[in-house]
Amino acid sequence: MSRYVLRSATLAYLALLLLVPVGLVFFRAFQPGFHHAWTAVSSHQAVHALELTLLIAAITVPVNTVFGIVLALALVRTRFPGRGLVNAIVDLPLALSPVVAGLALVLLYGNGGWLGGLAGHGIKILFAVPGMTLATMFVSLPFVVREVVPVLREIGTEQEQAAETLGARPFQVFRRVTFPAIRWAVAYGVVLTTARAIGEFGAVSAVSGHIEGRTETLPLYVKSQFDNLDVQGSYAASVVLALIAIATVVSLRVFHPREETG
Amino acid sequence: MAGIAVIDVTKSFNGFTALKDVSVAIPEGSLTALLGPSGSGKSTLLRVIAGFEEPDGGQVLIGGEDVTSRPARARGVGMVFQHYAAFKHMTVWDNVAFGLSVRKWPRDEIRDRVHELLELVQLEGLAKRYPAQLSGGQRQRMALARALAVEPGVLLLDEPFGALDARVRKELRAWLRRLHDEVHVTTIIVTHDQEEAMEVAGQIVVLNDGRVEQVGSPRELYDTPANEFVMSFVGPVNRLGETFVRPHDVEVRLEPDVGSIEAMVERVVHLGFEVRVELVRDDGHHLLAQLTQEEAQQLEVERGQIVYIRPSRETVFTR
Repeated sequence: MSRYVLRSATLAYLALLLLVPVGLVFFRAFQPGFHHAWTAVSSHQAVHALELTLLIAAITVPVNTVFGIVLALALVRTRFPGRGLVNAIVDLPLALSPVVAGLALVLLYGNGGWLGGLAGHGIKILFAVPGMTLATMFVSLPFVVREVVPVLREIGTEQEQAAETLGARPFQVFRRVTFPAIRWAVAYGVVLTTARAIGEFGAVSAVSGHIEGRTETLPLYVKSQFDNLDVQGSYAASVVLALIAIATVVSLRVFHPREETG
Repeated sequence: MAGIAVIDVTKSFNGFTALKDVSVAIPEGSLTALLGPSGSGKSTLLRVIAGFEEPDGGQVLIGGEDVTSRPARARGVGMVFQHYAAFKHMTVWDNVAFGLSVRKWPRDEIRDRVHELLELVQLEGLAKRYPAQLSGGQRQRMALARALAVEPGVLLLDEPFGALDARVRKELRAWLRRLHDEVHVTTIIVTHDQEEAMEVAGQIVVLNDGRVEQVGSPRELYDTPANEFVMSFVGPVNRLGETFVRPHDVEVRLEPDVGSIEAMVERVVHLGFEVRVELVRDDGHHLLAQLTQEEAQQLEVERGQIVYIRPSRETVFTR
């Protein structure tokens, strides 16, 4: 009996908090008809926003994946002074409000900032794609690290040491022993990084400058259409974002249907 | 194949000294046990030889060459770990082939060698299985085949049977002994189990508190232990003042005699051929006597009975 109570309470909570609001967006987007929704998302501005979003994700995800694995290996497999500090700093983007992250970049690269001089040399960071990419990388940094670190701890060093005595060089040990053991953790990290990179609003908003058709990602486009009273366009673009998110999460389930038990 | 020399090796971790000026010579082709209680430094010594720990001082020679500053992969050592360290995502076949494939051996030579090794460790039928589908004993035999595949000069076993149940452990010990007679590779086995060391090894190095207490054959350690620690570590022992007596050297009589000691029978344990008599002296000291079943039947010792004991053979250590 109590099991049913627990189950229905969980479902009701999820429905109220997640399914109903997201479902409503879908419902509203398609209410005037599929044709209208399609017109809204195939506008030049919307397509550009989608392309920019995917471009930023395409840079952010590989960079943060490689860096995340390297950082996780450094944190778990080596001892260096300041390791505890690095470990704490990795979590900073999770705790810090994304707007603050964006503002920090504005301060660094803006007029009078330490690296503000770059703009004078034709290297445009702020209000351009590089700044938006940096902001996205900032906020999505912890995901791969945080997924990989506990798995590395759990598998221990013996397999790696065995491989070493068998003649494997450090990179061979990584490629043939360590990576296969952490690949699902990396995959989870990649999915979370992708989802965050595509959905990020606050940090990107702070550095983008909101130039229509130039520096507007899909989340920024959703907001600007909403503010411009193009509610229909806003809903339709939201549906695209939601579909990408669903596809990302589902893809992982398809590749790896079972829960990883170690 | 290669002998090993450890010369004046010292190693400490965060102020804890794990090895203090340890020197050990391990003859080529021998099977040597590093025996000691936990924290004695035996595993650290093995890891220094393997190249996983860098000593603070001293040298490690393998086959006459100084390998102290060489990485583990260039030392020609095969290593077997207590918890198998199986590559979980690879089949038994790929586990055994690993060392050959990182050395870029030709495919058909790898195939022949892996076949040969799987036969040696009696796992031919299980080549396509994954480690998770094997029993502990099978996993450890796979790990041994994997280590032997690259023809190491030295085979290092770190508590290899420690995670197995008693019956499998006994089987594998006997099997390892036979395997060593076949393969002749210089082998070091780390263990805290004196029975295991005595059963398997030709030479035993007893370690305690980061130092070598004694090196010798199982028989030498048992019959002529260098000190109290070795005597009590390689077998049960009674202490009578300054002298030490093995339980099987305790004679039990029902009548007092010159120099005999009075004691009360506290418990009689029948273990088949062996009967263990636990005794307590009037000063509260506990003693152990080991009798054969026949002796025990003749004496008819019972709990609460007063008996008189006398050591037939005793050892005194000069300090």
